[in-house]
Amino acid sequence: MTRIDTVLLPELDGPVPATLPSTLGLLSLALGVGALVAPGPLARLAGVDDSAAARTVLPAIGVRELGSAAGLLGGRRPAGWAWSRVAGDAMDLTLLGRALADRGGERRRRVALTTLAIAGIAAVDVLSAVRISRARRARARMIRMEVAVTVNRSPAEAYRFWRDMENLPRFMTHLESVRADDLRRSHWIARGPAGHRVEWDAEIIDDQPNTSITWRSLAGTGVPNAGRVRFVPAPGDRGTEVRVELRYVPPAGALGRAVAKLFGEEPEQQVRDDLRRFKQVLETGEVVRSEGSPNGISVRQQAMQRPAQPLPPSRR
Amino acid sequence: MKATAWMGTDSVKVIDVPDPKIMNARDAIVKISTTAICGSDLHLYHGYIPAMRKGDILGHEFMGEVVEVGPQVRNLKPGDRVVVPFPIACGHCSSCQRGLYSVCENSNPNAGIAEKIMGHSPAGIFGYSHLLGGYAGGQAEYARVPFADVGPLKVPDDVRDDQAVMLADAFPTGYMGAEMCDITPGQVIAVWGAGPVGLFAAASARLLGAERVIVIDRYPYRLRLAEEHIGAETINYEEADVLDTLNELTAGRGPDACIDAVGLEGHHGNAAMYAYDRVKQAARVETERPFALRQAILACRSGGVVSVVGAYGGFVDKFPMGAFMNRSLIMRTGQCHVQRYTRPLLERIQRGEIDPSFIVSHRMPLRDAPKGYKIFQKKQDDCTKVLLSV
Repeated sequence: MTRIDTVLLPELDGPVPATLPSTLGLLSLALGVGALVAPGPLARLAGVDDSAAARTVLPAIGVRELGSAAGLLGGRRPAGWAWSRVAGDAMDLTLLGRALADRGGERRRRVALTTLAIAGIAAVDVLSAVRISRARRARARMIRMEVAVTVNRSPAEAYRFWRDMENLPRFMTHLESVRADDLRRSHWIARGPAGHRVEWDAEIIDDQPNTSITWRSLAGTGVPNAGRVRFVPAPGDRGTEVRVELRYVPPAGALGRAVAKLFGEEPEQQVRDDLRRFKQVLETGEVVRSEGSPNGISVRQQAMQRPAQPLPPSRR
Repeated sequence: MKATAWMGTDSVKVIDVPDPKIMNARDAIVKISTTAICGSDLHLYHGYIPAMRKGDILGHEFMGEVVEVGPQVRNLKPGDRVVVPFPIACGHCSSCQRGLYSVCENSNPNAGIAEKIMGHSPAGIFGYSHLLGGYAGGQAEYARVPFADVGPLKVPDDVRDDQAVMLADAFPTGYMGAEMCDITPGQVIAVWGAGPVGLFAAASARLLGAERVIVIDRYPYRLRLAEEHIGAETINYEEADVLDTLNELTAGRGPDACIDAVGLEGHHGNAAMYAYDRVKQAARVETERPFALRQAILACRSGGVVSVVGAYGGFVDKFPMGAFMNRSLIMRTGQCHVQRYTRPLLERIQRGEIDPSFIVSHRMPLRDAPKGYKIFQKKQDDCTKVLLSV
């Protein structure tokens, strides 16, 4: 079974192919090796073979490129290394600008062509660095939750209830509704404070009857999210251990703040409450209510209990 | 309707509140005929149980007539006369199915608060703080009873209200206290506390075959009840050293089992010992005054059972773990799993083996509930049990 994070990551990385950092790395490697092994031909190609300084600068550039290559191909902090390529491009363009000013004829033409090529590479590098950084920030915002509850029902019963996605709002109180469009796809509407609503489409990407269900939001949603629930027989004939893994990436900005409010300050506690309600619904038939907590289990309500008295008719 | 509400420490009032309505499909609404004030209500009254709110309706010992049932309740119908167990239990979770109703896994909607204090949450209880669910209690004209298909027991006409209402809490709690002692013939059982639960524990120890029962308290009128109605021997701890007396009565063995029917607001014959825990409790450094529990552990025969049915809410200091461990003691405890005992105990009442109304000292209308709390708190007028009729 794939790790749940990787279910969500392709979408977080958005239009950036996962191979982008390594492609940039290979480019750096080729340039670096070229500059170190054949500084002469490279200098001629670039039109700077008349300068003694260029012959010493080129191997240094080669070393720099090898550094970027190692960083990008090594896979750690690719965003930082992508930006290092941008910085290198800026340095190269500065040097080429100076070389262009005091040259003429064929050399000037070659320097100009080289400048154009480096400018093109720089544009690609800037775009890539921005994309890689954005993906990295999205990954950093990803909220991970793993919560479990034991339910005194068989794995098959627990699975059946969960598999009908339209049942989810019965115990996930932040959901207003889930509409199953077909066996795999569903449309979710979450309810936030102050009338905020967040909607998205989701699809079941892996369905193991009586064992597990994995779903994720479809590309293009404002709040990328994914989840997996596993139904494991509890030892000692005590029903089913229902184990839920959830991942979601709150967007930056106003929508992000609304989503954060939706889940409250303790998102994991909310999911734990969801599972408690799931247990109540499966074992007792519905969410258990008291006069102090007329809407049933919820962290928010526990903090703001009304007196344990029957509700006034207006609140029924 | 009229209902008895907690209004702050040492303050209850009968106030007007909305009538209860069905909230869950397995609810019933009961029109209450008789309700009682429990010793554990005094812990609420004194402000020792956390998470109370002004206006909370009190009361977890009540009975009456079913007037409405939810669509999922098929065992009861309007007109049925029922007594309602104090723990609210769903009947379907693993705990309920093993008979452990007072640790029902579903009936506390505020389980999150309870888990922070107790690790895991026990069942919800009527009128017993928001920690245990925030349920409106039964010292009122009507009560909503969740899981009415599991808890309430129909009461036959030949059993009176003042007998049946004891099945809500006091009698089963005392009975479970005795049952946990695993009494075998010839055994001597000591009971700390001669309140209703202690008296029922002593009476139940007799029913379960104890050779001798020794009851410890400081109120002569309560000790008299133990002697006259149960045939128990008694120790007034303000007049005699309890450990010495118990050793003397058992020729040095100690009682085979000791029942703590006192709980978190114990008193101690030694003023300094009392002051030590009272000050810590007032400063909230400890939440309980566990004199009875400490003494029960020290008194118990090696290898014996310490059965705890007195109510505790938090933490105790100076727990004599050395004595407990080195002398192979066994502790058994729990809020009573009332649903397990109501029917067999009703049958014992019908067979005339016990008349639980012997503990009732005061009867008054619901509107006098504040007076009832005051009399019970001060142990005025030889108060043992206050019944409120509605």
